[in-house]
Amino acid sequence: MSGDMNVTLKVWRQKNNNDRGRFETYPVQGVSPDMSFLEMFDVLNERLITEGKEPVAFDHDCREGICGMCSMFINGRPHGPLQGVTTCQLHMRSFKNNDTIVVEPWRAKAFPVVKDLAVNRSAFDRIMSSGGFISVNTGNAQDANSTPIGKDNADMAFAAATCIGCGACVAACKNASAMLFVSAKVSQFALLPQGQPERKQRVLNMVAQMDAEGFGSCTNTGACEAECPKGISISNIARMNRDFIGTQLSIQKG
Amino acid sequence: MNWFTKMFSSSIGQKLIVALTGLFLCTFLVVHAIGNLALFKSDNGMSFNLYTVFMTTNPLIKTVSYLLYASIIFHAFKGLHLVYKNRQARPVQYGMVNGKANSHWTSRSMGVLGTIMLVFIVVHMSNFWYEYKFGYIPYVQYTENMTTGEVSGMPYVDEMGNAKQINKKMEEYVIGDNKITIVKDLYEEVSEEFKNPLLVGLYVFAMFAVAFHLFHGFKSGFQTLGLNHPRYNQAIQFIGTWVFAIILPALFAAMPLYFFLVK
Repeated sequence: MSGDMNVTLKVWRQKNNNDRGRFETYPVQGVSPDMSFLEMFDVLNERLITEGKEPVAFDHDCREGICGMCSMFINGRPHGPLQGVTTCQLHMRSFKNNDTIVVEPWRAKAFPVVKDLAVNRSAFDRIMSSGGFISVNTGNAQDANSTPIGKDNADMAFAAATCIGCGACVAACKNASAMLFVSAKVSQFALLPQGQPERKQRVLNMVAQMDAEGFGSCTNTGACEAECPKGISISNIARMNRDFIGTQLSIQKG
Repeated sequence: MNWFTKMFSSSIGQKLIVALTGLFLCTFLVVHAIGNLALFKSDNGMSFNLYTVFMTTNPLIKTVSYLLYASIIFHAFKGLHLVYKNRQARPVQYGMVNGKANSHWTSRSMGVLGTIMLVFIVVHMSNFWYEYKFGYIPYVQYTENMTTGEVSGMPYVDEMGNAKQINKKMEEYVIGDNKITIVKDLYEEVSEEFKNPLLVGLYVFAMFAVAFHLFHGFKSGFQTLGLNHPRYNQAIQFIGTWVFAIILPALFAAMPLYFFLVK
């Protein structure tokens, strides 16, 4: 696939976490408007490899917008100029011929750069393992309808559960706060009966882990919600705040 | 650490301090604005001066005022501390940020807006609060004719025209048909101060900071408390915008402008 678009990329290059890093400029020619942003990077990397240079490292996996692996900060916004999509679902038709595009990694103390545009998001994994689960008995699954769940709550829990953990919320936030991610993961269980047994301890543990990872606090700018590729609502943050405050005032042991 | 210190040292707990003190300060602004409307009354400042005495002697008001000073200090220092900590959460800044694509500039400028307000509060309190409590404020004598209700005011001076003082904020007595009220003339102090264009400029500028700070701050406080629901979100947004970001700052800004332009 080739086309007639030319773009200039200003890409963050950083050998490893100890390297200071710098922007490097690469002209990319013959770009098709139908290419995804990542495919355009593939074209650049193919060329860099044939020139004997180090290709640009970036995270990607499913390229279908559902895995949450891709993570580029494009022209000052996570996942680029479109709303509700990840970088892999961003196409070059969203840019103009001869555009200069600035591409950076997610920047947060809690997301150290591994190399170039790839950052280590295992802080999210540690937050999840601190409480982002429910306890289920082994054996046959019980009948799904044996636990009645209101439609409203089911819908809100589903909406929260669409979070793919990409970290765009952290990247977009001026405080590098993970409140949207953590609140989605708290809410998806807090709204369902299955999440009740561990509800109080969950919110305490996940918030404590979030703080320990070095994320900032929430200024309620709403940038996370606006940039989230899955449209997670900041009403989840309010729910987590409610749960956190309520738990602190009511928990028996903790 | 016990649960209480643990709670308030968590990120949400620290925000809770900022939200609770901030919303409390919002209620103060309402009282402050309504009370200060007395400045606009054309009675030689009598109602304003009597209101000042009430506000500085009523035990309930005095108790709340100490809570208020504490709230200002907690709100300002916790807020600035969080700004500092939040900057540390992103040690390497972006080369390019398109903040306006995803958030309102006021929400991203609370630290700056708040600092302007803090500077203003210091100036404002040294202008009036400090002067009233520790500085020199001349007295004024109001004579109210109790049959006609007519009030006249004149400086409280001796025969030589030198300012006289009493050793309290206010004194009231009756001679014949006249009720005499001698009171510290803060109204005169206010009208003198607001002849200074620089000070008036600072006051008006600071009210813009108040407006933009509260435009985000009022609704943000509710979000931090966990109060976010379609049933009342619009009401919070409406009150935050109209009452706290438009009407109150406009009223406050009108006070120095009134003395500078009209008086």
